[in-house]
Formats: sequence, structure tokens, C-alpha cells
Amino acid sequence: MTTPAKKVIILGSSALKIGEAGEFDYSGSQAIKALKEEGVYTVLVNPNIATIQTSGHLADQVYFLPVTPYFVEQVIQKEKPDGILLGFGGQTALNCGLELDSSGVLARYGVQVLGTQVETIRNTEDREHFVEKLNQIDVKTARSFAVGSVQEAEQRAEEIGFPVMIRIAYALGGLGSGLCNNKAQVRELAQKALTYTKQILVEEYLLGWKEIEYEIVRDQFDNCLTVCNMENFDPMGIHTGESIVIAPSQTLSNREYHKLREIAIRTVRHLGVIGECNIQYALDPNSEDYRVIEINARLSRSSALASKATGYPLAHVAAKLALGHSLIDVPNSITKVTKASYEPALDYVVVKIPRWDLKKFKQVSKKIGSSMKSVGEVMAIGRKFEEALQKGLRMLEIGASGLVLNRQFDVVDLEKELAEPTDQRVFALAEAIKAGMTIDKIHDLTHIDNWFLHKIKNIVEIEEQLAEVGEQRCPQLLLLDAKQHGFSDEQIARALGKDEAHIRELRQAYNLTPFVKQIDTLAAEYPAQTNYLYLTYNGAEDDVQFLERNAVIVLGGGAYRIGSSVEFDWCCVNSVMTLKELSYQTIMVNYNPETVSTDYDECDKLYFDELSFETVLDICEKEKPLGVIVSMGGQIPNNLALRLDKAGVNLLGTSASNIDNAEDRHKFSKLLDDHNIDQPEWRELTSMQEAKQFSDKVGFPVLIRPSYVLSGAAMSVASTDEELLKFLKKASDISSDHPVVISKFIENAKEIEIDAVAQEGELMVYAISEHVENAGVHSGDATLVLPPQRTYLETTRRVKKIARLLAQKLKINGPFNMQFVAKDNEVKVIELNLRASRSFPFVSKIFKVNFIDIATRVIMGRHVPKIDRSAFDLEYVGVKAPQFSFTRLIGADPTLGVEMASTGEVGCLGDDFDEAFLKALLSVGYKLPIKSVLLSTGPIESKAEFLQSTRILESMGMQFFATGGTAKFMQANGISATKLHWPLTGKQPNVTDFLENGKIDLVINIPKNYQEEELTNDYIIRRRAVDFAIPLFTNLQLARRFVEAFSRKTMKDLQIKSWAEHI
Amino acid sequence: MDNKRIKARIELEDGSVFHGYSFGAHKSVAGEVVFNTSMVGYPESLTDPSYYGQILVLTYPLIGNYGIPESKIVDGLDEWFESSRVQIAGLIVSEYSFDYQHWSANKSLAQWLIDHDVPGLYGIDTRMLTKRLREEGSMLGRLLFFTEALDFYDPNKVNLVEQVSVTEPIEFGSGQKKVILIDCGAKDNIVRSLIARDLTVRKVPWNYDFTNEQYDGIMISNGPGDPKMCRQTVDIVRGAMDKDKPIFGICMGNQILSLAAGANTYKLKFGHRSQNQPCVEVGTKRCYITSQNHGYAVDGRTLPAGWDPWFVNANDDTNEGIRHKTRPFLSVQFHPEAAPGPVDTAILFDDFKRMMI
Repeated sequence: MTTPAKKVIILGSSALKIGEAGEFDYSGSQAIKALKEEGVYTVLVNPNIATIQTSGHLADQVYFLPVTPYFVEQVIQKEKPDGILLGFGGQTALNCGLELDSSGVLARYGVQVLGTQVETIRNTEDREHFVEKLNQIDVKTARSFAVGSVQEAEQRAEEIGFPVMIRIAYALGGLGSGLCNNKAQVRELAQKALTYTKQILVEEYLLGWKEIEYEIVRDQFDNCLTVCNMENFDPMGIHTGESIVIAPSQTLSNREYHKLREIAIRTVRHLGVIGECNIQYALDPNSEDYRVIEINARLSRSSALASKATGYPLAHVAAKLALGHSLIDVPNSITKVTKASYEPALDYVVVKIPRWDLKKFKQVSKKIGSSMKSVGEVMAIGRKFEEALQKGLRMLEIGASGLVLNRQFDVVDLEKELAEPTDQRVFALAEAIKAGMTIDKIHDLTHIDNWFLHKIKNIVEIEEQLAEVGEQRCPQLLLLDAKQHGFSDEQIARALGKDEAHIRELRQAYNLTPFVKQIDTLAAEYPAQTNYLYLTYNGAEDDVQFLERNAVIVLGGGAYRIGSSVEFDWCCVNSVMTLKELSYQTIMVNYNPETVSTDYDECDKLYFDELSFETVLDICEKEKPLGVIVSMGGQIPNNLALRLDKAGVNLLGTSASNIDNAEDRHKFSKLLDDHNIDQPEWRELTSMQEAKQFSDKVGFPVLIRPSYVLSGAAMSVASTDEELLKFLKKASDISSDHPVVISKFIENAKEIEIDAVAQEGELMVYAISEHVENAGVHSGDATLVLPPQRTYLETTRRVKKIARLLAQKLKINGPFNMQFVAKDNEVKVIELNLRASRSFPFVSKIFKVNFIDIATRVIMGRHVPKIDRSAFDLEYVGVKAPQFSFTRLIGADPTLGVEMASTGEVGCLGDDFDEAFLKALLSVGYKLPIKSVLLSTGPIESKAEFLQSTRILESMGMQFFATGGTAKFMQANGISATKLHWPLTGKQPNVTDFLENGKIDLVINIPKNYQEEELTNDYIIRRRAVDFAIPLFTNLQLARRFVEAFSRKTMKDLQIKSWAEHI
Repeated sequence: MDNKRIKARIELEDGSVFHGYSFGAHKSVAGEVVFNTSMVGYPESLTDPSYYGQILVLTYPLIGNYGIPESKIVDGLDEWFESSRVQIAGLIVSEYSFDYQHWSANKSLAQWLIDHDVPGLYGIDTRMLTKRLREEGSMLGRLLFFTEALDFYDPNKVNLVEQVSVTEPIEFGSGQKKVILIDCGAKDNIVRSLIARDLTVRKVPWNYDFTNEQYDGIMISNGPGDPKMCRQTVDIVRGAMDKDKPIFGICMGNQILSLAAGANTYKLKFGHRSQNQPCVEVGTKRCYITSQNHGYAVDGRTLPAGWDPWFVNANDDTNEGIRHKTRPFLSVQFHPEAAPGPVDTAILFDDFKRMMI
């Protein structure tokens, strides 16, 4: 390390995607905090506008620009930083940094890489170098060969012997990797993988070996230690992002634990990592033999988990070490009395469970394996594995009340489910035990260690004992046993045939309540002032006292999943910041290890625990807070409003009954009718016959949805009677407690949103945005424009008027969001949410008016100034664009519909729409320049509508390819295009070949209807585009706007302006 | 879960009582109650003679997961254990894992405790108990099954070393150089670590005068209780210091060398028993993560002229090792032989060997 850096550029990880999610907001935010403590000036490049790290209080300069070498170089040129951090923004930042290094940009501008050096990173990323380096110190790696051709892949695979694993170097979340049992499978996978990358790996397959990870820190003085180790419940063969993970390891002996630890340290020293890194092992379950699988010389999903699991702030420490500090100088921020040079001792267990959203995608395989598909995760803490596991399964919010006693379990073939796991496997384990399958048999099918299986059996046995209780009162000891093994009141109630309230009363009669324990990093060895807490029934006293009398609880957003992710974390953290400013004691409840809200230094007390009615009420009974805020964390806390209110908890903000008036479709529609506010025609549904009558009356298409859902779960558009029947069944399966609503689906309409805050029914601040896509694309998947560019003034006026009226009628006191469809100045209300929405961070940052700060003040009864509309006359435009993760979801049809499918978003600024729009698209993976386009523009109306855009493209000298109908249409309009045959015809020239051979830069494929699910030619085109990383548009409006923007602006026109410079 | 659970309890001298269930031998015991924060290594810890006379509380809540390995004698030592018997007086855990799984295991922890007639308790809030010990200091306690009268017993008032040391010298290995290992309750891995470096180890009783024998170096082992009970060992070591043969002390060996040098030792409030103790090498920025098990410590301020503190604890600044400025005498309070725990300081055995050449 030469001179200490004074100005440092930090690369973020851009939009949340599968394999790269909120964990990098946590690590980046920690790094920025650590740098600021040192007086270092920080410059952040990250277009992910919903993150905490891009908030005004953190980095000195924020650039909402794509994290690509082109843009980052220009930021470097402009800002002239002397240091760069590459390890805090996931693989996106790392890859970008490596390119900047190899292209000489970093050297040219005198930017030194802080922490782990580029050579070390390359040694960990390039498999051949990696194996060579580890061989030098006698560390075993899995037999693995880097190959550059399909033929070589086949050869190497035969050399190793089947089965083999195919993987991609430089991949995040195991993208495109897979298991091959024969040469044909190798050929298929290699072919596909080699389109993403020049190098793929053919590897020894270590089926059934234990999978173990260590998190390591090392400083420049060669102090090196392991902060945490973790064991995968699902052994080798299932990606660690798809595995249930437990910390610390459970089935390793002292010799195994410390052997792997020693190898980790030896390896990290040899490679020369400075900062943080992670090492993954396969460990033979029948000996001490091992293989190193990989090393990530950067912060990772696992390191975020390890930080939360141990209380050791890995990202913060890593940033300090990158600046040249030693581990013995950095304080332990939990104990305050000890230093960072120690290894945490846990006196609890932590279980991480992935959250999948596979039901949201059409055609996707539900199987889990060596590539990552999960979109988020939960972390549960307990003093028994069973306790943590059952907590975790509830935290997923997938309708499970725990491992057992769930309403339904729909796996038919248990053995198959165990051997070829899907997202349901953990439940299948319990079912298999119930069905009498032996532990050994289950082990043979799953390779899961018997220790874990026995724990699952313990849960099943308690379920059986509960079932035997019958009509008598449940004995105290059994009830305690059940609680200690993580059964919720609801689960127990179901087993006993009682209701949940009855179990709560019984518990209170027996004096059975959970105890609050601290996470203190040293297993109580040193007194810690820690505020990092969890609840357990495996204890006998509370670690903390409950003395605060002005505490406010903010309920967090839970696991990141489609429709609810980092934006709600931003809302929670901002709300807590305002509460602190107003001198309240703040209590956060959340359980997502990928968040900033679960950093114990953000609030006065952090309960890393469930957001269930039972747990929140338990916490309230202990803490006796002033009240609870349910409007910041999205739908999970919002759904608790009514019950908490009935249980006597003081809800802060809009009243529970008014939340219900907005959430309950029936009540809400009636409210609209009462006030002559227009809405799409609707009906609450009780029978198929009624549904049929309704659709006959209003005409197809119709929209079907259950009440109380977020992000369009089970929401569908039906265009025929058959579809109507199918979707009705799906909707009633998902939510039988709430009515299903059917409404007229309005075609060719615009969609408008308003995000606002009202105080005692009076509108205080609002932002109106428009969608680029027509109504019908879920608002979470839509491209949002603020301020609106193509909406009539009259329309926005009506939107505002309705919002004001409803705020008044529902006595809204806090944040809310409304969605409208507009057609020819007619405005209809689709939805009202009496909580902060996904777009709050976006509108807050574009306006530079913090809506959450205002909302929190309002909720706490403080006076806030009414923000005048004229303040919104912006001289720039903000565009929010969705990020999809279709590449990872093998087989998923990448079309847009009423169910949300995007996993993240970006928000970019520009002097005009075109600039902001192009920056946003470039941030989510679209690439320029484009020289050739494949057109397949769907129904005749779409073809006609796209004609003008086609002409623009023609004038730009574009090379056109088109499928049959589109080619004919173009020809008829005097535009020449090379006609390509549909994939399924097999005729030449075929679309498939052109896509696979890199001859097409952009695909515009407009689907023919809303819910097509068959394997069709169109599907194959879209899927190939995604698989071969070719930019794809499936929405007509979006494609048209892109063509317009792209014809008017080149890369050079996209200005390098920081957030502050725009505003 | 069932009615077969046998109730038992642990009572501390401050009057607090913790109720749990038995999973080991059905026997009431008294001793000093101490806690260990390690997350792995119960077969090693339980056979560590330094725990002799102590009722051990493990703060890691899931214990017994990987069972107990089958006995396997290698070079005259049972390769999985630190001595030939369970040394603790009693064991206290939060959850005992009745079902264990490991390729090396052939019996459960419960069976092993029963075989060695040692009681074990589960279902205790070990964090609560640990906090009590941290705040009040290590306390005497008794693990009771019935209403029987059993007096508190302070093992530190007796010479425990005498009870765990060998009675006759034994030799291990066949290296060129010979190390006298003064057995105050030596963990077997000290012997293994020495013979692995091609040294012959002559393990001698704690009060055995070897000064007239031929040897190349002296290793003073770990051991239980108060080092001041080992007056004879201190005297022998002081005598040995007249020669310039290398002397290396581990744990109690650090205390004995310090006493021999003329420094003082004292009892820590609740000791260091864990695998994560950070020790900084004095005068450097190097920190080592070490395995520890001691209730007494050297008072670094009392080191006489000619001696330097070698390591200090980064958490509480207590002494973790001493060395002579000019002569080959040095010792550490932690366990370079690990077992259980991190092996980061195993290099010290190499240093010791080098000193003998």
C-alpha cells in the first residue's frame, strides 16, 4: 500500500438479479461508512436507485450510471479518484474492475486498487491459475479442466469420468452450470455456455460430499482469521445459493473443522488476499478428504450471511483493511471493548433458507440444482436447529406454517422429489418420514447428513404427539417441547384442532413465553452492549431489559422476492433514521440477511426474527412500544395491520380499518362507487357460472386476482372460457381466505401511478409517473417515467384529484400509492395501497424530496410543510427500468404480463427522456451499438404500429432479419429483410442458427396474446435470445420508444453527470 | 418429549439453581463450574486433564452431534483423545443431540459419559449460566439428582496435578533429540506434536527430578488448578534453568516457568476457555487466534529483569507468554498443540526444535 487514498470510487452491483441481490447494498453501504469514518471522499457508481448506498447521507457523489467499463472510465476521468474498491459490488463490479485494469484505464488515471490486488483476483477467477496456485501449497482442488471448445469439453469429460460438472469461469451464482451424465449432455451444455464466455470448466463431480464454506479476513500484516464457517444442509450437487445453510457447521469434528480452517488461511495467505474472501469446500462424508471448490476474493452473498450470522461486520472490516489498517486496530463494533482480531463464538444456530419464486414464471423447471434460481433468502436464529428451521420456513412467506402441519403439500412422488429436488424438497423430507421411509433410505436418495434428517424426524415426532392430545388440555411439557422445536401457535392450533388465540392463551396460562437473547460474537464471554436480538424458547431469562418508554417498532419487508425487495428496505431504514432524528427509540424487526435494515447499527434494537402476528405480538408484549409502523416494509407488515390492531397493538399511521377498506377489493370498489370514482368493471366471485356471466357481459379479456396479494401472485388475464376456468382455480388455490375478484381488462390504455403522503386525510406531497408500456404489464415490470412525458395534463389533474379525495375519505395518515389506467383522458382506479410502495425510493431520489421522511413525521404526528407542485418543475427526467433474470431461469418464457417477473430495477437521470431511458436500458443489460435486428412483430395491429419504427431503423442502415409474416409485411411496405424460417420448421436459413451464431444484435418479438403458454416458435426465439445474451424486446411500446431514443442519441450523448449535478 | 427423562439440577455457591435432564452417568458431583465457548471439539476438551475437577458448561448449544470416535492407539496414544479418560467432573449443555452421525463415531457422547461414570445435563439455559459465571466469576457448584447432601468442593485447594500426572516416566518416539515433558496433566497432542517433529519425548511425573539425566530440551505441560500447588515442579524448573537447555512452557507451563523466574500468578475471574482467543506478539502487529483453557494467569507486571512478555491477549491485555531476553526459555499461556482448536501457533514447536539444534 503506497499513500493512503483520499478519494475512492466504489462500484456497486447494479440492479438486483438472481445471484446478485441486496447483499451488495449491505456491503457497499458498510464500505462507504467505513471510508467516511476515515475522511475519505467517496464516489459511487450504481444505477440501483432503490438502494441505501445511493442515498444522500452516504457517498459524497453518486452516479446513477451503468456499471460498465465505458461509463466507469468516464467517471474516473471526471472525478480523478486515487483509489478504487472492486470487492463490494459483487461479480458485476469485479468484472468491470478487471476490464478497467486490463485495458490500462486504472494505470492511465493513476487509480490504485485498494485491498486485494488484481493479480490475486485473476488467480481466483481463472481456474487454471487457481489450480496451479493451490498446487504450489499442496491444497487439493476438484479435478477440473478449463476448455475453450465443445470438442475439448467432451474429451476432458471422458478423461475425468462421468458424471462431470460443466461450469463457467467468471460467473455469478453458477450461471449456466450443470451436471452431465454423458457426452451428449456435455455437448449441449458446453455449446450454450461457450456463448457467454470463452472458457468453460469440466469438473470432477463430488456428488453427496458435504459442502462447507469459510469466511476469511486478512490484513496487510498477514494477520488472517476465519470469521465463520457454514455447512450446507443440501450437499454437493445443489448450488450453495439454492441450499439451506447452517452456521456454524454441525456435523464436522474438531479435526475436520480446523483442518479446513487451516487450509483456508494457508490458501488466502498464499494468494495474497487483503480484506475479505470466501472459500468453498467439498468434504468427503466418509473421511477427511476434501477439495477446494472455489474462492471469491470479494464480499459475497455468503459474507453478508456470515456477517449477520455472527455479528462480525465483515464488509466494514474489509473496507478498513483495504485502507491499510490491521485487524488489531479495528474495534469490535459489537462488544466495543474487544478488537476485530478474533473469531466469533456462536451460542445459537443460524439457518438460511432460499426463497424461490418459480411459480411466477411460465415454463420454468422447478428443479433445483447446480445453478441458482432463488431470488432471496431468510435467516432464522434459534438455540435448536429445529427451532431455527421452522422459523425460517415461516419467514419465507410461501404459505408454510413451518416444516409440518401445513395446509397442503402437493408432491405426488416422494422418492422422485427427494432424488430430484425442487423447491419443495425440505417439506418432502418430513412427508417421507411420516410415510415411514427410513432415515437411511432418505439419506441414500438425498445424501443429506443423517444428523439433519434426525432433527427433521424430531419435528415429525412432536407433530405426532400433538395429534394424540385429542380433546384434553395440551400438557405443559408437550407445549414447551413444541415451542422449543420451533412450532408456531398456528401450527400447534392446527394439530390440536383449536384456533391460534386459544394456544396463545394456553401458553400464557402455563407462563410459556419466548426469551430475548443477544448476539454478542463471544458467546457471553464478555459483556456486550449489543442490541442485536432474537427470540427463543430454549432459554430461561431475557438478556436485555425493556425500559424504553418511547420506542417505535418498524416492521421490515422480509425476504427479497419478486415484487418486494431492496426498495422496502430503503423505506424501513429511512423511516428509522427519521424516528431517531425525532428522538424515538427505534426497534426494527426483520430477518433478511441481505439488507441494511438488519444492520444492528441502524436502529436502537434489532430483532432478527419473524414478522408473524405471533412474534410481533410477543415483541410488543415485551417492549411495550408507543406503537408499530406497518407501512414501510411492504405487504407482509401491511397484512398484519388488522390482527395487530385487534390484539390491542397501537398502529401508527393510517388506521387498520382503513387499510382494510383499501385492501379488501369488495370494500374498496364500493368506496369508489360511492364517490363516483371510475374503475374497471368488477365482480366478487363465488362460482364459475357467475364468472362466465360476467365475462359474457363485459367481454374478454378479463383480469382475475385474489385480494391481499402483492406483485400479482396468481393474477391472470383470461381471453377464453378455458383460460377463465384455469385461472380461477389457480387464484382460489393460493388464497382461500380472501375473495377472488374478476374485472374487465382494459386494452390499449396507459398506466399512471401516484406515490404520495397524506396527513390526516390531506395530501401533502405526491409524485405522478407514467408507464412506457400499456396497461397489462405489471407495474413492477413496467418502465416508469417521472415526470410524465406523454400523459395529458388533464389526466394527471384527474389522478391528483382522485388521490386527494381518497386520502380524505380513508383518512390516510402516511404513505400511499395508487395505480390508474387512462384512456382518452378517462381515468380508472386499479389499485390503492396504504403503505409505501416499490417506487418510493425512485420518486424520492428523482425529486430529492424524501417521501419516507415526510411520511414518518406525519405518522408520528409532526407538522410537515405541504410541498408545492411548482417545486416539481424538473429540468430533467428520471426513468426506472426493470431488471430480469431470465438467463438463470432455464426454460422460463421471457414475456411480460400481469404477474411480475423482474427481480430488480435501476433508475437513471437524463436531461431528457431519451437520455435517461437509454442509460437505464444500458444498465439492465441492453447493449449498443446495434447493427442487425430480428423482427417478429406479432399480430397485424402490432406490425402496423411498429412500421414507423421499422422505417427509422431502416434509415439508420439496420440489417433486418424477419420471420415469415413480418418479412412479408415489411416487403409489402417496401422494406427489405432477410427472411428466416421459424425454429420448429427446421428449414434453412433458420432463426435458431442466426441467433446462436451471433449474427443478430437485437430481437424484437411481440407475443400474440397475453397468456400463451405452449411451446411455440415465438417462445423458442425469445428463449434463445435470452440464452445467448441477445437484447430482447417483447413489448411494443418499449421497443418503439427504444428505436426513437436510439435513433436520436449515441453513447457520446449520454452525459456523465452525478446525481447532485442533475438536481 | 417422553416421561423417561430423568431430572437433575446444577446448584451454584451463590444459591442459583438450574434445572435440566440427565444424559450421562446417574451420579451427583461437586466441583468448580467453568464455561467454554468452543463450537467443536468436545471429545478433545472432555479428555483434557486441565479440566480435572471441573464441571464444564459448553456455551455452544448443540452438543453430541458427531458422537465419539472409536479408540485407536497410534504411537502409544489414543489418536482421537487428549488422555485416556474423561477428565471433567460433569458436563452441562443446552441441547444434547441424541442422534449422532459421523464416519469416525462408534458411540454416543451419552454412552461415553456413562462408560466413564461422568454425569451430563441438558436443557439448561447455558447462556444464562455463563453470564452468571462471567459476572460472579467461576463458582463452585454441584450437579445433583436427588435431595442428597453433597458439600461444595473446591478443586483449587488441592494439588490436582498430582492426580493427573503420570507416576513413572514414559518414553514416546525415537528421534535424535530428547525432550523432557514435565507432565502436569499434559494433553496427548503435545506428545504427538513433538514426535511428529522427530523428537523423543520422555514424559516424567510433575515432581520428578530429571536434571541429572541426558536431554536436549524441556517442555512444561498444561495442567489443572493453581500452579502454586506445584512448588516441587517450580523448584525443578528453576534448577534446570542453571543449564542452558531450551525450556518451553504451555499453559500451566507458562505459569510454572514464570514462578520459577520469580514472577507471580493469580486467578482470573472466569478464565479463558475457548478456541478464539486473540494473542498479539508483543512489539509486532501480528495476532494469533489460539486455543485456551486456563483459570490462572501470569501477572506480567511482576516479570523480573531479563524477562519480557512475549504475547498479550488482545481482548483483555492479560499475559499470554513470556520469554527470556537472552536465554532459551520461553512459554505461552495458550495451546500451540490445539486439539481442540486452531493450529495457527503449531509453528512454535518448530521454533522449539530449532532451539535444540
